[in-house]
Amino acid sequence: MAFTPTKETYSGKVYSVAIGTGDGPVTFGGENVLPFHSFEGATPNKPVIAFEIQDVPPADWPENVRKPFESVSGDPVTWAKYCQDELKAAAIALRLVGTHPDRENRSPEDAAKTVKDVLAAIKVPLIILGSNHAEKDSPVLVAASGAAKGGNCVIGKAQEANYKTIAAAAMANNHKLIAMSELDINLSKQLNILITQMGFEKERLITDPMCSALGYGLEYTYSVMERIRLAALTQNDTTMQPPMLGDIGMYVWKVKETQAPESDLPHWGSLEERGIAWEAVTAIGLLVAGAELLIMRHPKAVAEVQKTIEELI
Amino acid sequence: MLIIGEKLSIIAKRVREAMLKKDKGPIQEIATRQWKEGSGIIDANIGPAEDGGEDLMQWMVTTIQEVVPLPVCLDTTNAKAIEAGLKVHNNQWGRALINSTSNDPERFPILELGAKYNAQVIGLTVGKGGLPADAGERAAIAADIMARAMEYGVPLEDLYLDPLVLQIATSQDHARKVIEAVKMFQEMNDPPMKTVVGLSNISNGCPKHIRPILNKYYFLMLMNAGLTSAIADAHEMADAMNEKKLFDDVLAGKTVDDAAKMTEIKKTIDVIMGNTLYAHSYLEM
Repeated sequence: MAFTPTKETYSGKVYSVAIGTGDGPVTFGGENVLPFHSFEGATPNKPVIAFEIQDVPPADWPENVRKPFESVSGDPVTWAKYCQDELKAAAIALRLVGTHPDRENRSPEDAAKTVKDVLAAIKVPLIILGSNHAEKDSPVLVAASGAAKGGNCVIGKAQEANYKTIAAAAMANNHKLIAMSELDINLSKQLNILITQMGFEKERLITDPMCSALGYGLEYTYSVMERIRLAALTQNDTTMQPPMLGDIGMYVWKVKETQAPESDLPHWGSLEERGIAWEAVTAIGLLVAGAELLIMRHPKAVAEVQKTIEELI
Repeated sequence: MLIIGEKLSIIAKRVREAMLKKDKGPIQEIATRQWKEGSGIIDANIGPAEDGGEDLMQWMVTTIQEVVPLPVCLDTTNAKAIEAGLKVHNNQWGRALINSTSNDPERFPILELGAKYNAQVIGLTVGKGGLPADAGERAAIAADIMARAMEYGVPLEDLYLDPLVLQIATSQDHARKVIEAVKMFQEMNDPPMKTVVGLSNISNGCPKHIRPILNKYYFLMLMNAGLTSAIADAHEMADAMNEKKLFDDVLAGKTVDDAAKMTEIKKTIDVIMGNTLYAHSYLEM
């Protein structure tokens, strides 16, 4: 007797979100099945990986992930072009970390100029991230949204403390928006509701339930993502149907396993290989949980994850 | 349905200040109001009360019973304070209730007190190892507590099983599991075991305006499941009883005249049963 796989049917569907313009738009989401369950329904789009770059040189990144960008990371435009042209990036995520008051404290105007320059230099979609300083992100992302008007970018991240100004700016300039809450499914739903109550369309949202690295709470992110996706698909909860973001790189490249030298921990093996594997495994874990958009750093980790996606979908 | 009036808790600022200053006025005012609104027992929650717990509990019991002809629920983790309270409790108004024992060996002495002073005892279905995962685990712990009660000489009809209500805002799946546990507890003895819940914990952490809504409808769902008693706000529960017919009609799928109320009830049932994911604005969706 032939084997017939059991199939689940779902009442809900993840919104598909298209970012970018012209000949380079990219779409993710749109599936009506759990991640990689293509045999049960439609998975029209593959998850998208964006390369992370930043507005200031990555002095705080560990050497092994700084090295691949050594000759380009002094200038965000050169860096973005390198990711697009040499690494074939599907999208670029520009983190305006230099605007953080404890860092270079760059002004919103400086940030806007960087955004404008990067956007003019690339064809692939741009994701624009603040420095994760709730207060400073408001003026920075308002300025950045205006500077990127017409670019159909992703603006992030709107949080409970600052969502009003950031969502309004993203709405006025026709961008998509990342809504981030801190590892709590009920608060994640609440933030999506609050943002849509402002008139922002839920089909333009991306949910970030907050990322964490393998060994440092990944199971919490995994569990929240999994439950969000189940609410979207099995309960047809429209507030939970935006695609989800895994902001992998910034969490992975600060844990001990991606930094401790081989001389100190010889039984942990090659540091370079370890860091790449750590980022790739964290990313694949979150893809399985339901993430549709990833922000990553190391080219080799990105290549590994891309390969896995191609094999599974 | 027995309502154990919940308002005399050390967590409330006004009550805490009155306890500190031994000011009888606010305590007696609140106790009297809870009595008039339908409470059958008055809860006196003095917290862990590590220092001066014995004096405080005695003061609370006598202060309440000076003006209210009801028994008191002695609510603290301090066994000495409970014993002190039991010594002065006026059983003319009914037998005292102790809140609580559990499956944690540190809480077994509470059962001794129940037997010694002929008081009723709440058995909270938690063990030493953390929160119960589901209704089945709650029932298993309940069975242990029941065996322990008999061993210490507390009759099963004097034991109230408490399945531990958790916050819907953070532990939504437990709302339904607690309802299941209340049903299971009753089947564990003949006559059925008595049950009690700390009701308002369901809405702890929720916006102020939706707390009474969650409290009321959760209460009615638990009541339909056979709940015997609730530590709750008597005023709110009187409101709930007024809405019971409407609630049962909605539950039975009937259309009721008050469309807004019907939607509110339906949405609340859905979050309690886990059919929709809870968010603070669930009523607005």
